[in-house]
Amino acid sequence: MKIRRVLVGTLTILVGNKLRSGLTILGIVIGVAAVIAMLSVGQGAQNSITSSISSIGTNLLFLSAGSGARFGGAGGGGTVIVRNIRPLTMSDAQALMDPYQAPAILAVAPILQGGNISASATNGQSTTTTIYGVTSDYFSMRAETLSEGAIFSDQEVNIHARVAVIGPDLATTLFGQTTGLTGQVLRINGQTFTIIGVLQSKGGSALGSSDNQAIIPITTARDRVVQRAGNYVDTIYIQATSAATVTDASTEISNIMRMRHHVAVGAEDFSIFNQQDLANTASSIIGVLTVFLGGIAAISLLVGGIGIMNIMLVSVTERTREIGLRKAVGARNRDIMVQFLVESLFLSLLGGVMGILLGWLIALAIGRIASASGTSLIPAVSLNAILLATLFSAAVGLFFGIYPARRAAGLEPVEALRYE
Amino acid sequence: MDDIVIRAEALTKVYRMGEVEVQALRGISMEVKRGEVVAITGPSGSGKSTLMSILGCLDRPTSGEYILDGENVAGLTDDQLASIRNRKIGFVFQSFNLLQRVSALVNVELPLSYANRPDEGKGRAAEALREVGLENRMKHRPAELSGGEQQRVAVARALVNEPAILLADEPTGNLDSKVGQEIMDLLLKLNHESNTTLIIITHDPRIASQAQRTILIRDGLVERNTQ
Repeated sequence: MKIRRVLVGTLTILVGNKLRSGLTILGIVIGVAAVIAMLSVGQGAQNSITSSISSIGTNLLFLSAGSGARFGGAGGGGTVIVRNIRPLTMSDAQALMDPYQAPAILAVAPILQGGNISASATNGQSTTTTIYGVTSDYFSMRAETLSEGAIFSDQEVNIHARVAVIGPDLATTLFGQTTGLTGQVLRINGQTFTIIGVLQSKGGSALGSSDNQAIIPITTARDRVVQRAGNYVDTIYIQATSAATVTDASTEISNIMRMRHHVAVGAEDFSIFNQQDLANTASSIIGVLTVFLGGIAAISLLVGGIGIMNIMLVSVTERTREIGLRKAVGARNRDIMVQFLVESLFLSLLGGVMGILLGWLIALAIGRIASASGTSLIPAVSLNAILLATLFSAAVGLFFGIYPARRAAGLEPVEALRYE
Repeated sequence: MDDIVIRAEALTKVYRMGEVEVQALRGISMEVKRGEVVAITGPSGSGKSTLMSILGCLDRPTSGEYILDGENVAGLTDDQLASIRNRKIGFVFQSFNLLQRVSALVNVELPLSYANRPDEGKGRAAEALREVGLENRMKHRPAELSGGEQQRVAVARALVNEPAILLADEPTGNLDSKVGQEIMDLLLKLNHESNTTLIIITHDPRIASQAQRTILIRDGLVERNTQ
């Protein structure tokens, strides 16, 4: 009964002062909305990057020449300057396939890569694209699926066949369609290739998306498209047997490569990137950014809280006589305190709820804008963010409400009644 | 002894304003019997408002004894005083002091909401409004009522907890003499019917003359106590 009375009284006051209440909670609304929008867009970005990293394939490691920063590979950090870097070769790839020295490795795919290479169709359409020269294992490692046709076989790799599997975006650019292209002729770098398959789309923004690529046998690529000396390769993709063996695989790669390149621990002339570490690094960067931006947004919550305190102080002054009267008819200090606290709590919680809705809308709008500009970003409004915002706004209401409420409660009834 | 509702013994009140001490009350002793109608009068600055604050348990005396309805209230805490005010004292103010945003009924319910007896509320408040003749105005807000009607709401509010004493501080001060007399008649009627002790603070001799007894305060002392 008492609680209901206090709530009804609070509502009466706040509804009676609609404009003032509205303006007061605006600060909280904006603060909470900003926090929610930041957190959910950040979460969405994290999800999108994580999923695009895992869409590269599963349990992958990337081996490249040079001692760049090592993402959690076996061995120490690469602070030593390494000279005379030996490039990776087909033989390195071969050696990594040794099931005795590298039991944790399931598959190996050496890659030759060429960017900005001209591609044209017989209908006269032309564009530039990225060419991947790969072995047939590449497709399963990258979890590539075809919307039509087939991938090339080991046999076709061996005979330097002039065949290509193309991504759907490239197909659309050149042919205006993604179906019925098998058997069509494609010119890459002036050389004719027969299209034998079209890849299923992986989505426009996916990291390392193959939607706009042409994939050809590594042998053919070396001959005709991407000139490389000897049997050098650009990158070697390695797939571990399972998620649990990724670290083992990394150690095995390091051991084999150190032996083959005759380098000591700490002086590696190659780098191993672990897909999981890549994902972790990316999401931790975004996490830090999200917390940072969320923190900035939280400052506006603080400002909103000060706004509430300000208005509550005005309200205490305005209602001094009312406080005096309430005390005269039996309100204890605690009753007055509760009344004013409930008001500020109610204001801030109302602001919190409206802020959550507004923040949600902003997040949705950002998602729309992102997808309209070709980036798939689905903002994720998490329950945690909502709880956090609600708790935070309630805490703001309590914290900034306590001072005015104490002031109201501490008024002397006689003086309050005489206040003009 | 039982029929003494107010017994004040040598009440003093000293206000400190910076360096200056103001002696508002300088030793007031008085008794009021249950059911009595007493007027407290005096020129402004005489200390009658201070006396009313202390009798109303809104303030504590600096020294002296005050026994209200058998309870010594001199040394009570704020919360205890609030409870005494709630149970034993009904206030009627010169400027009505109604909550403007809520109906007459809710105004009258206010003391009940601070009482420890929940849920008797609506019925009792409505009954009190009937007693003051406002049964048709319960849902009206103060702004929709005349001054006399507003003061009736205030009287109903003062009565709703069935207090031992009714303290009326210039109850007719904001009303014209006709309406003021109506309020006086109402207060006297309530006193007569339910034997509620009525203490009226006023400087209006016409009002004071309707009391059974007048206590004249001057310079913080009882100057005259006339039947």
